[in-house]
Amino acid sequence: MSSDTETTLTPVLSENWDRPDSFTLRGYRETGGYEALRKALTMEPDGLVDLVKASGLRGRGGAGFPTGMKWGFLPKDNPKPRYLVVNADESEPGTCKDIPLMLANPHVLLEGIAISAYAVKSSLAFIYVRGEVLHVIRRLKHAVAEAYNAGLLGKNIQGTGFDLDVVVHAGAGAYICGEETALLDSLEGYRGQPRLKPPFPAVAGLYASPTVVNNVESIASVPSIVTNGVEWFTAMGTEKSAGFGFFSLSGHVTNPGQYEAPLGITLRELLDMAGGIRAGHELKFWTPGGSSTPIFTDEHLDTPLDFESVGAAGSMLGTRALQIFDETTCVVRAVGRWIEFYAHESCGKCTPCREGNFWMVQVLERLENGAGTEADLDKLLDICDNLLGRAFCALGDGAASPVISSIQYFRQEYIDHVEQGGCPFDHRKSTVWGGEA
Amino acid sequence: MTQTNHAPADTEQRTVSLTIDGRELTVPEGTTIWQAAKEAGIEIPALCHDERYDPVGVCRMCVVDTGGRTFPASCIRPCESGMEVATSTPEVERSRAVLTELLLADQPPREEDPKQTTTADNELIEVADNYDIATIDDLFKGPGRGTDTSNPVIAVDHDSCILCDRCVRACDDVQGNDVIGRSGKGYSTRIAFDLNDPMGESSCVTCGECVSACPTGALTNKPINNIPIRPRSELDAVDTVCPYCGVGCALTYYVDRERGGISFAEGRNQPGNQGRLCVKGRYGWDYAASPQRLTAPLIRVDSSYPKGPLSADVKDEAQQSNGKRGRGRKPGGLVPYEEVLPHFREATWDEALDLVARRLGGIFAESGPEGIAGFGSAKCSNEEAYLFQKLIRTAFRTNNVDHCTRLCHASSVAALFEGVGSGAVSTTYGDITNADVAIITGSNATANHPVASSFFKQARRNGTKIIYVDPRSGTVADHADIFCQLKPGTDVALYNGIMHEVIRLGLVDRDFLASRTTNYEELARTVEAYPPELAAQITGVDADTIREIARLWGEANAGVIYWGMGISQHTTGTDNARCLIAMCSITGNVGRPGTGLHPLRGQNNVQGASDAGLIPMFYPNYQSAGDEKARVLFEEAWGTELNPEKGLTVTEIIKSILDGGVRGMYMLGENPFLSDPNINKVRKALSQLDFLVVQDIFLTETAEFADVILPASSYLEKDGTYTNTDRRVQRGRKVFDPPGDARVDWEIVQEIAQRLGLDWNYRSPQEVFDEMVPLMPDYANLSYDNLGSEGKLYPNPDPEHTDGTVVLFDDRFNTADGLAHLVPAEWLPGKELPSEEYPYVLNTGRLLEHWHTGSMTRRSFALDSIAPRAEAYVHPEDADELGLKDGELARVTSRRGEIVLNVKISHREARGNIFIPFHFREAAANLLTIDEIDPMGKIPEFKFCAVRIAPVADRVSTTVGGSAS
Repeated sequence: MSSDTETTLTPVLSENWDRPDSFTLRGYRETGGYEALRKALTMEPDGLVDLVKASGLRGRGGAGFPTGMKWGFLPKDNPKPRYLVVNADESEPGTCKDIPLMLANPHVLLEGIAISAYAVKSSLAFIYVRGEVLHVIRRLKHAVAEAYNAGLLGKNIQGTGFDLDVVVHAGAGAYICGEETALLDSLEGYRGQPRLKPPFPAVAGLYASPTVVNNVESIASVPSIVTNGVEWFTAMGTEKSAGFGFFSLSGHVTNPGQYEAPLGITLRELLDMAGGIRAGHELKFWTPGGSSTPIFTDEHLDTPLDFESVGAAGSMLGTRALQIFDETTCVVRAVGRWIEFYAHESCGKCTPCREGNFWMVQVLERLENGAGTEADLDKLLDICDNLLGRAFCALGDGAASPVISSIQYFRQEYIDHVEQGGCPFDHRKSTVWGGEA
Repeated sequence: MTQTNHAPADTEQRTVSLTIDGRELTVPEGTTIWQAAKEAGIEIPALCHDERYDPVGVCRMCVVDTGGRTFPASCIRPCESGMEVATSTPEVERSRAVLTELLLADQPPREEDPKQTTTADNELIEVADNYDIATIDDLFKGPGRGTDTSNPVIAVDHDSCILCDRCVRACDDVQGNDVIGRSGKGYSTRIAFDLNDPMGESSCVTCGECVSACPTGALTNKPINNIPIRPRSELDAVDTVCPYCGVGCALTYYVDRERGGISFAEGRNQPGNQGRLCVKGRYGWDYAASPQRLTAPLIRVDSSYPKGPLSADVKDEAQQSNGKRGRGRKPGGLVPYEEVLPHFREATWDEALDLVARRLGGIFAESGPEGIAGFGSAKCSNEEAYLFQKLIRTAFRTNNVDHCTRLCHASSVAALFEGVGSGAVSTTYGDITNADVAIITGSNATANHPVASSFFKQARRNGTKIIYVDPRSGTVADHADIFCQLKPGTDVALYNGIMHEVIRLGLVDRDFLASRTTNYEELARTVEAYPPELAAQITGVDADTIREIARLWGEANAGVIYWGMGISQHTTGTDNARCLIAMCSITGNVGRPGTGLHPLRGQNNVQGASDAGLIPMFYPNYQSAGDEKARVLFEEAWGTELNPEKGLTVTEIIKSILDGGVRGMYMLGENPFLSDPNINKVRKALSQLDFLVVQDIFLTETAEFADVILPASSYLEKDGTYTNTDRRVQRGRKVFDPPGDARVDWEIVQEIAQRLGLDWNYRSPQEVFDEMVPLMPDYANLSYDNLGSEGKLYPNPDPEHTDGTVVLFDDRFNTADGLAHLVPAEWLPGKELPSEEYPYVLNTGRLLEHWHTGSMTRRSFALDSIAPRAEAYVHPEDADELGLKDGELARVTSRRGEIVLNVKISHREARGNIFIPFHFREAAANLLTIDEIDPMGKIPEFKFCAVRIAPVADRVSTTVGGSAS
């Protein structure tokens, strides 16, 4: 089955990435940058919140919560200051959209922050960036300095009386700090661990004050909505998953990279644009939204990549990080590497995630090496039962996803390992250089 | 006139209805599923949840099926209307069993588990047994997380740890010490002390709250004195009270009868301490089992007269005044038994008691009442204090009876009597929870009243503003909203400045002043002369801080003041306390919940000993010895004639001995050598006594001067009641028989009384208590039976049904006219100001781990291991200037003596100040202190004298010790 109408790319955030000065204030301004802010500052803050609500923009960090609705949750009568926190701690395996965006066009994020902060009546915003991406941090800091100098941040922005300070904060290398409440703890100077919810950040977030936490791509999408309007935005995507987004293709694909397209595009269409699976090979399995989303197979080539369709097919749209694996890849090995990541990145707060991931790594290791038993699959599923929906935060769900889905689609491949007393794959073939052999 | 425990506000409580396992329940909104189930008799297993702490939902054992996509943790999920909860479906139970396996996979085998092999109550093993999980064969052991044995009494086994965070909450939320957190991530996550330091090297104060919180073998007590730790069911549980400080924590000793020792101690629930303990209470009880206990009566041999010091340390000091340098002095702090004991011979009780009666009786016959004096002890029970003062007052017809209250809160009590007509606290330490603002002043509460301080810290986390006023930046300062580091001895100026500002801002409580106080105008006139700028100049606290405190205090709905020796142990101690009374009175902060005056009592029974009349000016219950009516009352009760003259205080008795007045003394459990100012003077006085009988459990310095030494019982060997700082009267219960021929104190007092011709025939402390109560109106209605296991606060109109009175003075004060008497005070400088020769101010006090002269704590394994040596605390910049190095020796010299001890560089001191704890005999701080006293409270100025400090040049040959100059 293929879609009736051909979907095309919709470069908005990435439109000017190939300009050599795309990351500078001058380059950004020459392509219409900060015009949205000028317009936004003439509007009422509540009007902006309504605009974003009407656009149907949903959080681009993975969960897909409507951005405008999140802003609307801020209590009206709380006398404490409000904060806007941008989650730029992009660390999910396979996910590579926010970091290239901030590298190529940091000002679109800053413009989005200024508009969003104005909308939610905050005068202090934080960008919590993954600490490993030093080059991005430098670009961001430089961009912030440029914006201050140009009167686009700081006191009395563009003479409107609106004040906004932006702080770029580098994380210290923990995946868990991408979880919004762990991020807030880390930002406050504590060990990054998820907090009990409720209260949610909108009520008691940073320093127990009302706080909006949004993903980079969500905030960066706001200026284009302000400039072009709701109809322009909703013309893209599906009814419930409006607009455009980055689809990051990686793995066994001819032209990996970020493809900015309307939500609802299919992998088949994306693969067409990306030159297909690497030559001579065929698709085996893929993740629709990073390693935390249940894997798909070639059955799902035509599943529209929007929140509802992907959910209905048993996975999640997540961060639209499409890691693509061809038939040379051992699924047991791939899942083992992912779980090693989760075991390493579990904050250790709750039992199932801390202990479960550790033991899953051991079990997957022995399965991969042919030392496992079929009962180990039940063990893995039992542990996953304890993770899925029972761990303290969504990290547990994420870790369970590849295990459960891989056993669902590739149970026989696990059993082959058991029966053959080892891995039947030649791993060299799955490497960049091995595929040509 | 009083207010009992306040009832919770009668607000309308919204409810929700739900079903749990098919049962329909209606619970208050906000109730968690776990709690609702528990109340319905449905037990949901949980490892991280403990009702003592806020739930955290990390173990995930308590997940339940609520019909949703996920299984929520029931300990944190509130009940919702219409919810249908299933607590033990096969799926839920399977989930729990797998979780248990995951946790168990890495645990030590149960035969090696630190908990299962001791108290045998490992909760994880209990859960595992419920799921029939004995061995785990499909998961292998991980690399392990390590152990930590660096703390002398607490063992850490990270392999046994299930990271339930109970210890974290116990340490942070309950004790407020903030030591335990987590380090690492994933499988290598561990609980961590500070920055993952070994526990013994961290800032941990070894309160053991974490041990009491731990459900597994991760944090366990180590055996003390080789008494193994065993299951509670195999041990004898004795419910009693901690013998150390005035907080009076209820605890249970688990006693190993076979081995004749305590296995471990645990906090017990009581409205005050609520199960909490500190390091002394939980680990410091082994002193009673010391082989150095006195076990037979001793009489000084003839060849050891004339009397004088016996140990080499003291003799050397005596010789030094002749220009001879002493031999090496012994560090270690205990009286050297081998040097002192040869001067005594063992005697029978009859011989010793006869001798005491004959000699004291003889002196009384020759010199009359003026010739005899007695020091009782605030460590003894109410009954013993009562009997001791009764003996001195009736047998020797003198009021020369006193105890160490003179050295701690006498000035506070003097001011309180004058101001509000009662020396006891007007509210409890726990009442801080109802205060908006609390001033804690002159109190290193985290060290000296650790459990009370845990409530202070907790109150702050719940929103009470804490103002800490102290010349030292003690740990309390870390928990204060405003820390006011005033110069030593400038308290009056500070509070006058604050009151000046409160009045200027119009924040006084006019109604309260008009209806409840007298003499406000004079107070206002006096403080008028102390604008914040002047106060700032005197105190070194900036004027804005003084203004800020004034505003905070003046605007508080409920303000309370807690104070310690830093207020009382000054020559202006009474004035200091008068200021605090005025602070509360002008703002109407007395007589309501969360308001009042609380001098934190030092000794476990200093309140009770004072109540029982162990004071020269008062009969029991503060009935004035000079008051005709009171005298007649007691003359009738005791059937004898009493002396109408007030007696002498501790310091006055020492002076009287030197002047040839007092010739014979009975000292019960007092060791004035280390605890009185100007030791050399005390030594001279004691040498001069015609007869001294010392009743104690160890050989003390005082005993070196004794004619007769009577071996007494420790706290653990007798029954009796003790009254804590909150006015809580609690029963202490006998744990062991006294060792050897040692006897119970009250019996010894009775034996002497009988030999002096008094017709005493008490058969138990309870009979004594029953005699006391009718003579002591404050103790009315109390009896051994109704004190129960938690004790009772006095006054108590109905001890059968109420805990007693928390807040006093709700409509009148105890003064004759029922009003608070405000007494203005002018600031006066300390008696001995720093000079060129002695440029530093010496402050003395206690350490968390030690108690007074150290006779108990330095014989405790835990306490002596943690704090083994005397140290002088010096500010880093002062140390730098003087060339003092941390850990090296320094000589501290005052006009009265000098001591040599280790230097501790401390950021907690202000520049120009030196702090020395007074516990260490080998470097006795009171060789240096001045015996100037407060004119009204007669309390010595322990907190202020001038010294100089210098490195000891010859570091190799000098050992720690004291010497007189």
